[in-house]
Amino acid sequence: MVHPRIRMMIAGAAIAATSLLALPDGAAAQETQYFPVPSSRVGPYSAMGTGYYGAQIDYMNYINMNGGVNGVMLTWQECETEYNAAKTVECYQRLLEKDGQKMVVFDTLGTPGAYAVINRMAEDEVVLAQYGYGRTDAADGTVWPWVFNAASHYWDQIAVKLRFMAEQEGGIENMRGKKIVHMHIDSAFGREPLPAMRAIAEEWGFELIEIAIVPPGLEQQSQWLQVRREQPDWVTFWGAGSGMNSTGMTNAARVGFPRERLIYVTFGAAEEDMGPAGDSATGTYAMANALPGKDYPLVKAIEEQVYGAGKGNLADPNRIGSVYWNRGLGAAVMWVEALRNAQQIHNKIGQPVTGAEFRDGYEAIKMTPERLEELGIAGMIAPFELSCEKHDGAGKFAMMQWDGTKFVQVTDWQEPLDPPFIRALIKDSAAKFAAENNITPRTCP
Amino acid sequence: MIEVLFFFEVVLAGLLAGTMYSLVALGFVLIYKASSTFNFAQGAMVFFAVLSFVGFMEQGIPFAAAFVLTVLLMIAVGFATERLVLKPLVNQSEDTLLMATIGLAFVLQGLAQAVWGVEVRRLDLGVGDFPIPWIADNLGLFVSALDVMAGVVAATLIVILALMFKYTKMGLGLRAVADDPGAAASIGIPLKNIMLLVWSAAGFVALVAGMMWGARAGVQFALVDLALKALPVLIIGGFSSIPGAIVGGLIIGVVEKVLEVYVGPSFGGGIEGWAPFVLAIFFLLWRPEGLFGEKIIRRV
Repeated sequence: MVHPRIRMMIAGAAIAATSLLALPDGAAAQETQYFPVPSSRVGPYSAMGTGYYGAQIDYMNYINMNGGVNGVMLTWQECETEYNAAKTVECYQRLLEKDGQKMVVFDTLGTPGAYAVINRMAEDEVVLAQYGYGRTDAADGTVWPWVFNAASHYWDQIAVKLRFMAEQEGGIENMRGKKIVHMHIDSAFGREPLPAMRAIAEEWGFELIEIAIVPPGLEQQSQWLQVRREQPDWVTFWGAGSGMNSTGMTNAARVGFPRERLIYVTFGAAEEDMGPAGDSATGTYAMANALPGKDYPLVKAIEEQVYGAGKGNLADPNRIGSVYWNRGLGAAVMWVEALRNAQQIHNKIGQPVTGAEFRDGYEAIKMTPERLEELGIAGMIAPFELSCEKHDGAGKFAMMQWDGTKFVQVTDWQEPLDPPFIRALIKDSAAKFAAENNITPRTCP
Repeated sequence: MIEVLFFFEVVLAGLLAGTMYSLVALGFVLIYKASSTFNFAQGAMVFFAVLSFVGFMEQGIPFAAAFVLTVLLMIAVGFATERLVLKPLVNQSEDTLLMATIGLAFVLQGLAQAVWGVEVRRLDLGVGDFPIPWIADNLGLFVSALDVMAGVVAATLIVILALMFKYTKMGLGLRAVADDPGAAASIGIPLKNIMLLVWSAAGFVALVAGMMWGARAGVQFALVDLALKALPVLIIGGFSSIPGAIVGGLIIGVVEKVLEVYVGPSFGGGIEGWAPFVLAIFFLLWRPEGLFGEKIIRRV
């Protein structure tokens, strides 16, 4: 007869052995952290999705190939949203857990999708990482503890655009009486910058004309005929999808509107948006929250290690260093930085973290020039710091211009002319939301 | 005077855009005439055809050869559709056939993207999308050379198809099938060949429409949504009438442009997406068969 203690030991050993066999190769005894990838690889917005999410996967592969985050290996799972809000909700639900581990961050790469899931975040304890898109007043971390728009938001972006116009016109005083058209996709994304733009228009005294384009935006003749009639001084184009964006430039050419007076939003500011428009795109300005280019040590290292090992995610490796790829890289770097911070803050070095711990790590992100240098992306994004109260990034953007074959950076990282004015708008909007929804803003240290 | 000229320009832009809608609507009409089926896959066929055309050219195949190759490909698609989709569904209701074409649309969209990739491509037909200088200088109107070319191509195609249906044996056969498939088959008209021919013709029209739209807006996934643009055109013109597709397209083109430019700003803009459907609803109430469709009289 076997002693009960020995029987228990045998049973325990058997269970342990079975568990080890169930782990993937090389993953035995290795901790993992799971990240969801709600990609948009097909449909009208595929250029964004393949580049942005491709970079995130490439960076996670790169991290794993270099020992993980303090030994914690990154795992991920993809779900196709087609940049569709309803499908984003479906993907959110599907990606919420993997192998018993809950996701800690969600990145929709689209304002409609972000709005669709934003109210789930607090309940599920998941960070909504809006990398330069999404709901702007989430920049107030006291009202939106789980939502971030690091890499800056649309209100700062429109304010920097207006700063650029003012500088071209010779100062704010010369903006009085000017006519600016805001041509936008008829969606939450297209309308997002309007509160800030209207407020600045009132402040500076320029006339704002809002013209909506019905998605998917193949047909924009009516809108550009209105531009021809109004003869504006500037047009800000807020489109989504390479088709709509390239059609905007070809239509500008049709009505003879100078491309040197046309400024595209970050989501129309990619090589894939300019190329299909051919010569019509030359001269068009576009904003960047992550600059394109391959001359960054991290980009080179990923190309060498990840693509060198045949593990690259892009079907066309020539897109390494493109606008969307570099933007996705910037977003993924933040995830990993937040994970590293969270492990440190909560004494969990070498262990996975929870959503709440990850959020603490996110709020502790300090992308100083020195840290960006260490990470190998100095100059690719503007330095910034996050905090409990301040959930937006640097508030800075760089202006680029398409020269017919590539983007040329024409300004350094610039912030709005009056950052406190934009911050006050954000606080006001967030406070209004809190009052309407009976939310008590948290107190930050 | 300037405002009158501008109005004229808006109308002209609407007419030229209308011919582009007509081109897409033509593909629907061809299939509806033969099988009384609304081919939901027509938008996907436009996307599939032009993406394949550009894809062939990217492989280094010259323009003319790529065009011929794509026409052959579309004939193959027509053949496969007839064999794999329509034949097994013979004698099924129109609703069943409609559902089958919805499925076909997804297959074509997915196949095109899987084979050729998802990036937006530029298509250069050798005619720039810029205002014609002489018209701009002398008349003060901005008319795109590409739009004019698209109008001419659409008109030519429409005339050829109309003549073909009226005077050729195939056209007569098609009309007979459209009137009564059973009676047509009983007098020896080969239904199978007629269907193959019609789907091939619709594939050819899809290629031409795709080339025109692709040159104007880039070869992109959003082309599949053209099917929705064609719907009010067909309701107004009549599902089975080639002249109806033309007139319907022109009406929709002009109405949506005039409304968007003059009425849209009062509604926050973006009304051209739904205004054509409102117009189509009025037509459905007033003349359900469309302007040129045959009035259906049923014994009750």
